[in-house]
Amino acid sequence: MAGALPLGDPAPADGLLPVSAAAGSGDRPFGMYLHVPFCRVRCGYCDFNTYTSDELRGVKRTDYAGQAADEVRLSAHVLRESGVAPRPVSTVFFGGGTPTLLPAADLAMMLAAVRDEHGFAPGAEVTTEANPDSVDRDYLATLKEAGFTRVSFGMQSAVPHVLATLERTHDPERVPLVVAWAREVGLQVSVDLIYGTPGETLADWERSIDQALATRPDHISAYSLIVEPGTKLARQIRSGQVAEPDEDLQADMYDLADERFQDAGYGWYEVSNWSTGHDTRSRHNLSYWTGADWWGIGPGAHSHVGGVRWWNVKHPAAYAGRMAEGASPAAGRETLDSDVQEMERIMLGVRIADGLDIRSLAPEGRVAVAGLIADGFVDAAAALRGHLVLTRPGRLMADAVVRRLTDY
Amino acid sequence: MSPKALRAQEPSATDPAFIRNFCIIAHIDHGKSTLADRMLQMTGVVSDRDMRAQYLDRMDIERERGITIKSQAVRMPWSQGADTFALNMIDTPGHVDFSYEVSRSLAACEGAILLVDAAQGIEAQTLANLYLALENDLEIIPVLNKIDLPAADPDKYAAELASLIGGDPADVLRVSGKTGMGVEDLLDRVVERIPAPKGDANAPTRAMIFDSVYDSYRGVVTYVRMIDGSLSPRERIQMMSTRSTHELLEIGVSSPEPIPSKGLGVGEVGYLITGVKDVRLSKVGDTVTTLKSPATDALPGYTDPKPMVFSGLYPIDGGDYPDLREALDKLKLSDASLNYEPETSVALGFGFRCGFLGLLHLEIITERLEREFGLDLITTAPSVIYEVRTEDKKTVTVTNPSEFPTGKIQAVSEPVVRAAILAPKDYVGTIMELCQSRRGTLLGMEYLGEDRVELRYSMPLGEIVFDFFDHLKSRTQGYASLDYEPMGEQEADLVKVDILLQGEQVDAFSAIVHREKAYAYGVLMTERLKKLIPRQQFEVPIQAAIGARIIARESIRAMRKDVLAKCYGGDITRKRKLLEKQKEGKKRMKMVGKVEVPQEAFIAALSGDTEGKEKK
Repeated sequence: MAGALPLGDPAPADGLLPVSAAAGSGDRPFGMYLHVPFCRVRCGYCDFNTYTSDELRGVKRTDYAGQAADEVRLSAHVLRESGVAPRPVSTVFFGGGTPTLLPAADLAMMLAAVRDEHGFAPGAEVTTEANPDSVDRDYLATLKEAGFTRVSFGMQSAVPHVLATLERTHDPERVPLVVAWAREVGLQVSVDLIYGTPGETLADWERSIDQALATRPDHISAYSLIVEPGTKLARQIRSGQVAEPDEDLQADMYDLADERFQDAGYGWYEVSNWSTGHDTRSRHNLSYWTGADWWGIGPGAHSHVGGVRWWNVKHPAAYAGRMAEGASPAAGRETLDSDVQEMERIMLGVRIADGLDIRSLAPEGRVAVAGLIADGFVDAAAALRGHLVLTRPGRLMADAVVRRLTDY
Repeated sequence: MSPKALRAQEPSATDPAFIRNFCIIAHIDHGKSTLADRMLQMTGVVSDRDMRAQYLDRMDIERERGITIKSQAVRMPWSQGADTFALNMIDTPGHVDFSYEVSRSLAACEGAILLVDAAQGIEAQTLANLYLALENDLEIIPVLNKIDLPAADPDKYAAELASLIGGDPADVLRVSGKTGMGVEDLLDRVVERIPAPKGDANAPTRAMIFDSVYDSYRGVVTYVRMIDGSLSPRERIQMMSTRSTHELLEIGVSSPEPIPSKGLGVGEVGYLITGVKDVRLSKVGDTVTTLKSPATDALPGYTDPKPMVFSGLYPIDGGDYPDLREALDKLKLSDASLNYEPETSVALGFGFRCGFLGLLHLEIITERLEREFGLDLITTAPSVIYEVRTEDKKTVTVTNPSEFPTGKIQAVSEPVVRAAILAPKDYVGTIMELCQSRRGTLLGMEYLGEDRVELRYSMPLGEIVFDFFDHLKSRTQGYASLDYEPMGEQEADLVKVDILLQGEQVDAFSAIVHREKAYAYGVLMTERLKKLIPRQQFEVPIQAAIGARIIARESIRAMRKDVLAKCYGGDITRKRKLLEKQKEGKKRMKMVGKVEVPQEAFIAALSGDTEGKEKK
């Protein structure tokens, strides 16, 4: 969740969706995102919606799971009342913040609410993010019993000075340990890495890549560090205490990671995500890029159902207040017209390895593909077969590619 | 010596013996307008209540910059003993760009107040105007102003003035326009020292136009100094240079608001209104006569104003082009020396090539276009007039580098000016260094008083228009002043340097420079553009070339990363808005071939806003 909420239309107090949202809903997969807005400490680069205090304006962290479960119940009610076809959830994702800062029982309770209200589709994917230092074997076992199938560890880096700049507190030695425990209890494992941290060299990054691969996870995410306005890191860079990340170096780091991951048998399926195979992709992550429906639970969470996007109030106290009143926590929303939906389809679709169907593009967009092939951003062989798939340099330029495809 | 005259002399019936015509020669900010205000107040033509600071400077820009662009004439009554005199104060532009207008204003006077700041001493432009005044046989009244300032050093500068014009330092009047101290004495001195005008009341009418102003309500208002004969309302008049005839709808004097009169007689100064809408029909320096009994000989000294400096003016928003045309058409009505024609630039789109009297004129016109007409403009680097002779003996006049012939060149000639620089003696070394680097030749050097020096150089005008004044000011902590006047042409080894972006010529950056400086210019511009143009999706070479020969090269490396790592918790809305913003930004880019260049980069590169300023 980003620093500021977007500007949009006001959302109604009952949260009911416009009629347009229901159209075709039976054909779209449905997922659920549950936000946990708490962390033990706030990392300097982070502008996500998270809080480090146990108690905020009279709202206790221990009450949060109950409030989230209330919104899960509200979601079922709103969808039903809005005429959206009832669908079991295909994917569930707990993100934060640090979901594992809550007791495993809280996460289990929230997940149970999802199952009770919506049901699980066969083979449903249920993931939680976790900090290497906030879980142990028992905790992971409890999650597995509660129905979780996947855990995504925030490893970020294996290099102490990089972790220190990021203000991550975990001991890198702990990562192989928690990964092994997760596998033992039967969870799929992903590790998340960050590259391009100020002071991080290509050699540092290589070390992180090697150590991540050495744990043999099923899935790896690697995100370049983005300096978000309003963060401590942004202030440190402005005042000259910390060097600004170098985009060329970040590009070199991406190239190195992609090369190493491919060599180790991990294929990219989205710009920042690699997996050992089709079944180990994060289906929840993909649902963002493929226009699926999902409901985001919790303060500041974003949702999308049938061309309607909305977002919740940001502060946990404001959120708790809404839930106590039985009101929708939505702060604002927007209904996308067909032009905007098409623009989003391209913007999101170019990022995945399955690619965009070139025939689905407007004539101007189809013409632009030739230039993109010439510049080496689009894979020529795939394009000849009718798929727009980005090359490695093209993935690094994905936003520029989108502008060129939609520049008419 | 009453401060306020009891009875004013009536226009059209004033004996020339009771008329005094004078002007004030002063440098910008030496307090001319404040002194003039004080005179208006003391002679009673403006009531204390109506007094607004710098009454005579009507245009906002003039008031803000404290400089006078357009002169006006004010008639003030002043009594001495039993006699009442009509004092005509003719306001003159203080800047070198308007030296022709200055010379016409001086020709309308018999005397001049030489006004000098008692804390700063005389400046180069004032010196130039003083020479002009002496050439016109004007009686000079030396005056030190701002003597109330703590930093004033009247003894030192009185000596300086006395040594310049001859006479006793004790005769130099000391006044304060601000407090009014000494102003009455000055008005008395004007009556005593300045000769009365002479002319033949019975000869055919001749009046000299010394200013011509466009007024949106009344059309062109023409200011004249009567030499011979008389003019009266409803009479048909003729302009001797154009032979155009007009009916005098109104005739009068400014005091300082226009007051219609029964006419104007010998030696008087006043205004004429004919209903004409274009100042080109009423040219400064021209002679007005009557149709009924026209004069045979025009008054001497008339010349057409010639533009010296050329620059392209482009609207930042291409959609403003029609507005720019309209604005120029309107300005032309009030400024006979402005000329322009449409031109197109690959980099900047549609605009106008404009000719100006000098750099200040250029600056004033662009500022008026921006302020009075709400236009945002880009100005290309100023250029001068070159005469280029090709191998096949053709001569091409080049006012824009893009007109420079491409084939073999036999010779290029450029305008040369005589530049006078006045500065404290400590700066002589650094000024000489600067002038030599600008191909200047020292003509002479003279001490004015103890510590100030006048350096005279011949220098190509092209060197002066290329930020010479900025450099001069910054190297002398602002103490140096500059004046220049045309002194002909010279042949020089000049070449045209082009700047290419990915092989495409960017016309706005082409420049005609001396061969020895071509490399430096090429390096300067390629480095500057490298800093200003954002990285593209491909490598962009930036080259400087003389014809086909590349003399400098830089390159902007391709951008490798343009992607947001992730969508924060599914906040697609934010990502989409960012993309929309980027696409919006692209619309403001100018395309040079495939290269997207932000408008700001062109502006910054043209104005040298990047490292150029730091270098000084």
